Amino acid sequence: MVTEPSRTARLEDIARHCRAHILRMTHRAAAGHPGGSLSEIDILTALYHQRLRVRPEEPDWPDRDRFILSKGHASPGMYAILAEKGFITHSDLESYRVLGGICQGHVDMKWTPGVDFSAGSLGMGLSFGIGCSIAARLDESERTTWVMLGDGELQEGSVWEAVMAAKHHELGNLKVIVDMNGIQNDDFVDVQMRMFDIPAKWSGFGWPVKVIDGHDMEEILDGIAWADSITDGPAVIIAHTVKGKGVSFMENNPAFHGAAPSDEQLAQGLEELGFDGGEL
Amino acid sequence: MMAASRDGYGDGLLEISNDRHVVVLEADLGKSTKSLHFRKANPERTVSCGIGEQNMMLIAAGLASCGYKPFASTFAIFTERAFEQVRNGIARPNLPVHICGSHGGSHTGTDGSSAQSIEDLAIYRSLPNMTVMHPCDDVSASVLTQQCLELSGPSYMRTARNKTPVIHAEREAELQIGKGVLLKQGSDVALIACGVLVSKSLEAAAELENAGISACVIDMHTIKPLDTKLLDDIVIDTGCVVTAEDHSIIGGLGGAVAEHLSSSTPVPLERVGVKDRFGESGQAEEMLDLLNINTADIVEAAKRAIERKNRS
Ligand SMILES: Cc1ncc(C[n+]2csc(CCOP(=O)(O)OP(=O)(O)O)c2C)c(N)n1
Ligand SMILES: [Mg+2]
Repeated sequence: MVTEPSRTARLEDIARHCRAHILRMTHRAAAGHPGGSLSEIDILTALYHQRLRVRPEEPDWPDRDRFILSKGHASPGMYAILAEKGFITHSDLESYRVLGGICQGHVDMKWTPGVDFSAGSLGMGLSFGIGCSIAARLDESERTTWVMLGDGELQEGSVWEAVMAAKHHELGNLKVIVDMNGIQNDDFVDVQMRMFDIPAKWSGFGWPVKVIDGHDMEEILDGIAWADSITDGPAVIIAHTVKGKGVSFMENNPAFHGAAPSDEQLAQGLEELGFDGGEL
Repeated sequence: MMAASRDGYGDGLLEISNDRHVVVLEADLGKSTKSLHFRKANPERTVSCGIGEQNMMLIAAGLASCGYKPFASTFAIFTERAFEQVRNGIARPNLPVHICGSHGGSHTGTDGSSAQSIEDLAIYRSLPNMTVMHPCDDVSASVLTQQCLELSGPSYMRTARNKTPVIHAEREAELQIGKGVLLKQGSDVALIACGVLVSKSLEAAAELENAGISACVIDMHTIKPLDTKLLDDIVIDTGCVVTAEDHSIIGGLGGAVAEHLSSSTPVPLERVGVKDRFGESGQAEEMLDLLNINTADIVEAAKRAIERKNRS
């Protein structure tokens, strides 16, 4: 697929703004999950700004494509993209983790327009996505369901119940993306519980697999197009990503799975992203 | 006439199968839970989930989020494996998923304690948004299953494997989720029961009658929301209560009634239920005897309750 540079550059710029939102949100809340938000955000940007059929002015539009962020702790990334897309306002982002705020700690369909699944407990999103996909099939709708999983999340056994079921039912409207950043909560995935050849595990269950660089906009768009081209069963994109991507001291650093930046770190991070701190 | 409440679930699903949004989910136990009749009639709206209960509950949640009315069933005990999925994926977002746990209670018999869920009512009752039901016969199981379509949130219904007397034939109109059914009038003591112990409570009431004691009997098929209006009215008449259930005395019908009465009209209450222990292999009747939850135990509990009332 040939992508004109302008489109790629536009998406990269949206992602850059989202990264700044992620830093500001977690900094303001003095809590939250920046690492996995930064690793997923390029993919979310491509999905929301290039692929998903959604209506920010009608978030509950029944025939929308669904996006299930199964790794729901990476909510700052989700809220950032929802704000950039116009589902929520930029000032809503200030309600992240604040009592009564629409941006709950973990993404929640009852609280935030544009969120399709109440997450927070890992290992649930793919199963829920299967339900959405079966519903679309029964409705004879063209809509698709996209599910994003973390790599640590794959250690939950019930994920593999879902992997089996989605293939058994040949859900051609179901697309999965694994954010393979190599880090989970306490430490690196390979320290916590090695999973060896993750693409082979999916293909062992009968899924077509495509491995991409989850920070290369061209490759992401190609991957999405590839997943869309598979209509006779589910497809999975394994995206190699860097946890904390875009902020040097967060990159590949397990400490920033669930820790907010300090004042100085916020300033440095924004500067690295090309914001002077006052911008945004 | 005898029938099993699980058959009522199967019937109920067929009755509502004309609604194209009704979907059925199975985890390799459709023959047992009786969802198989729906599957045979509507294969395209039946989702086989293999032996994967956690996945099943969340597929149901996803379907509900898209406007479908999913009915997911397996043995009561195996729904418990997916408790956290039910809690976080169904109850928390208040999605109208209807869970049927069949083969509940010690009454399920010779499969032994691994299959005898005696805590399901307690755990599901503790979840916000959940409606919890345990019908006593096939007629009420069918009606309540059909009425699930009127609920805006999730529900759990326990059904039983083995046949018990049919209680509600020709009285379907009295059945309503959240409303207890007064099966027999009485003024000395109220026997409030659910599931397989409803017919036992009717037997107990007859025995008590012979002993000159007037017992009323209520089928409290809905444990949550509890019919507190009926409870309050009855307690004014009888002044003491016995609850009877094939379930732990902790947290089920007895727990629910105790919680309510202790904050409204504290009257003597005797709870007939499984006393914080597991069952074992045995025939249904043998289990009720072993666990002291049979007719004779209800009779004794009624006498104790009346004695306590008279003492105070
Ligand atoms: C069932 C469950 N167990 C534990 C947690 C706590 N937890 C939150 S995030 C996380 C690590 C997730 O790692 P991964 O899936 O790789 O996500 P990412 O690296 O993208 O942040 C853990 C263990 C949880 N949310 N859910
Ligand atoms: Mg990870």
